[in-house]
Amino acid sequence: MARELWKGNEAIAEAAIRAGLEAYFGYPITPQTELLEYMSARMPALGRVFLQAESEVASINMVYGAASGGARAMSSSSSPGISLMQEGLSYIAGSEIPAVLVDIMRGGPGLGNIQPSQADYFQMTRSAGHGDFHPIVLAPSTVQEAVDIMYDAFPLAEKYRTIVIVAADGSLGQMMEPAEMPPMRSVLTEAERGAWAVRGAAGRPKNVITSLFLNEQELETLNLRLQEKLKTIQMNEQRWEEVETEDARYLLVAYGTVGRTCKTTLREARKQGHKVGLFRPISLWPFPTPRLRELADQVRAVLVVEMSAGQMLDDVRLAVEGRCPVEFYGRMGGVMPLPDEILEALAEVEAKVKAEVEAKVKAKVDTKVLSLNLNL
Amino acid sequence: MADRNEITQEMVLEQGNVVYQRPEALAETLTHYCPGCTHGIIHRLIAEAIDELGIREKTILVAPVGCAVLIYNYFDVDAVEAAHGRAPAMATGLKRTQPDKVVLTYQGDGDLAAIGTAEILHAANRGENISVFFVNNAVYGMTSGQMAPTTLPGQVTTSTPTGRDVKVHGYPMRMAEIIAGLPGACYVARRAVYDVRTVRQARKAVMTALKTQLAGLGLSMVEFLSSCPTNWHMTPVDALTWIKDNMAPYFPLGDYKVADEVQALQ
Ligand SMILES: Cc1ncc(C[n+]2csc(CCOP(=O)(O)OP(=O)(O)O)c2C)c(N)n1
Repeated sequence: MARELWKGNEAIAEAAIRAGLEAYFGYPITPQTELLEYMSARMPALGRVFLQAESEVASINMVYGAASGGARAMSSSSSPGISLMQEGLSYIAGSEIPAVLVDIMRGGPGLGNIQPSQADYFQMTRSAGHGDFHPIVLAPSTVQEAVDIMYDAFPLAEKYRTIVIVAADGSLGQMMEPAEMPPMRSVLTEAERGAWAVRGAAGRPKNVITSLFLNEQELETLNLRLQEKLKTIQMNEQRWEEVETEDARYLLVAYGTVGRTCKTTLREARKQGHKVGLFRPISLWPFPTPRLRELADQVRAVLVVEMSAGQMLDDVRLAVEGRCPVEFYGRMGGVMPLPDEILEALAEVEAKVKAEVEAKVKAKVDTKVLSLNLNL
Repeated sequence: MADRNEITQEMVLEQGNVVYQRPEALAETLTHYCPGCTHGIIHRLIAEAIDELGIREKTILVAPVGCAVLIYNYFDVDAVEAAHGRAPAMATGLKRTQPDKVVLTYQGDGDLAAIGTAEILHAANRGENISVFFVNNAVYGMTSGQMAPTTLPGQVTTSTPTGRDVKVHGYPMRMAEIIAGLPGACYVARRAVYDVRTVRQARKAVMTALKTQLAGLGLSMVEFLSSCPTNWHMTPVDALTWIKDNMAPYFPLGDYKVADEVQALQ
């Protein structure tokens, strides 16, 4: 199929449909609404389910219901709506139902604004709901990547019986750029649906989908199994992109559209002769910790750039574990960091590192002088 | 005549003299319900109707959060456990993707009339083709007897120790009447199960609700006035009398909506 000009939100919707989406439930919220509107026309035309719910609370529970029946079901929203979905996400996680959610992030907290933001990082990777679980969180940086990630989200969710969140900021939802659509898949056949799916106990023992385990041993056993599954996901599903890291002395770490902005910064820095590399996590959970740790041994400092007060920053620090300094540059409230600002922040980091190195060298020299004096 | 003790189950079955047995749609297990609680009767009525209509293998039951949270253990049908109040939303997801199945929700008054008010009203308003069994026992049973949206004025509960003051807590909500006002609701009835007559009437209403769904007409709901001897601090018999004397006057039994198409089914 040829490359066509697509708006991010609509491209994600079309990719989901081509992935065999059977039911979409959602509630309008900027900057995600085009996704819902696109679904409202396309899904019924294909004989599939579209329903505008009364709230995000209802949407996610409709997804929970449809997905409990083994259907490929999804919702999409933006930050305040995701907050409302946390209850449903926790139930979906507890009963191990595969489901897909798109978060087109906007500025917060509260009603915030409708400008791009990355301040849902904690919510998606750490606290998507009560209890011990993590959804798989994938962050595209281009419309094409959003399409590719969306297309694979259902098989991924089904493989692990888990939630997959496609996490993009408002700018990616709104921007238009060329993308190539994957081929159309039909919805799952009866044979392809999980044997656990609730579809009527015809000629088999009943299936029950629940997240209730009153016996504490039983619930701990479930939790241990969930943790094992999360470990497997951590081993198998780390994704990232590296740009010019081979000889890098300074490493930018950024995801989503900010990762893209950092590429511009990187090119400029390289032009000016600085050995800068970029590490762009694509899977925010599982975070690509091992590779970033290796790179931390090689570079002088890491600069994390986010549209938040520094949320992924925690994961970077956990990965780097003090191997090198970790600095941060962030914008909030819907302000997008510009390549020049990042370049400046990078220059400051370099200056700081150099000053520290010089101070250390000087300290060594001073010590030598001091010991010489003492020898006299 | 054979000694009474010698009559075995096999003999009865052989003679075709069975007048009462466990419906196929009920699982062979004990329930956790308190003595005298009428959840058991309501379960049985629904199970009997499922058997009679021959729909056990295509029924999907959505369990609530409340005393009936373990209902999926008591029915031998496919089931899901919803979050508190969200059963109608989950049922919507199930029914929209599997329109050939029979989707039921079973909900308490806290579940349906407090935390899940938005979900039930909108499911009814959309005419979601599901059947809702709403068990109104005037308290939060599972959490040990706090005020419910249906608690009667002056009724003492663990969170209205001096009785429900309507100036503070508002009035008991008549959900059957409210839902009947929505065009998408096709069959809405309130029943009780405090004596043989009311049980029989309730059974008919359950059948009508399921037939409404099978005919694809829209949302059907049966509200049951149900007892909670434990949290009402009454004997089971007193609790049944209390329903008749106190609940039924505030929540009158009857049909609140019978769409013409539903009328035609009966
Ligand atoms: C979100 C949430 N809030 C509160 C609870 C605690 N809770 C469990 S059951 C219940 C009340 C149930 O009352 P009702 O729906 O009337 O059913 P009953 O137990 O009387 O059958 C409450 C408040 C919960 N499980 N989830």
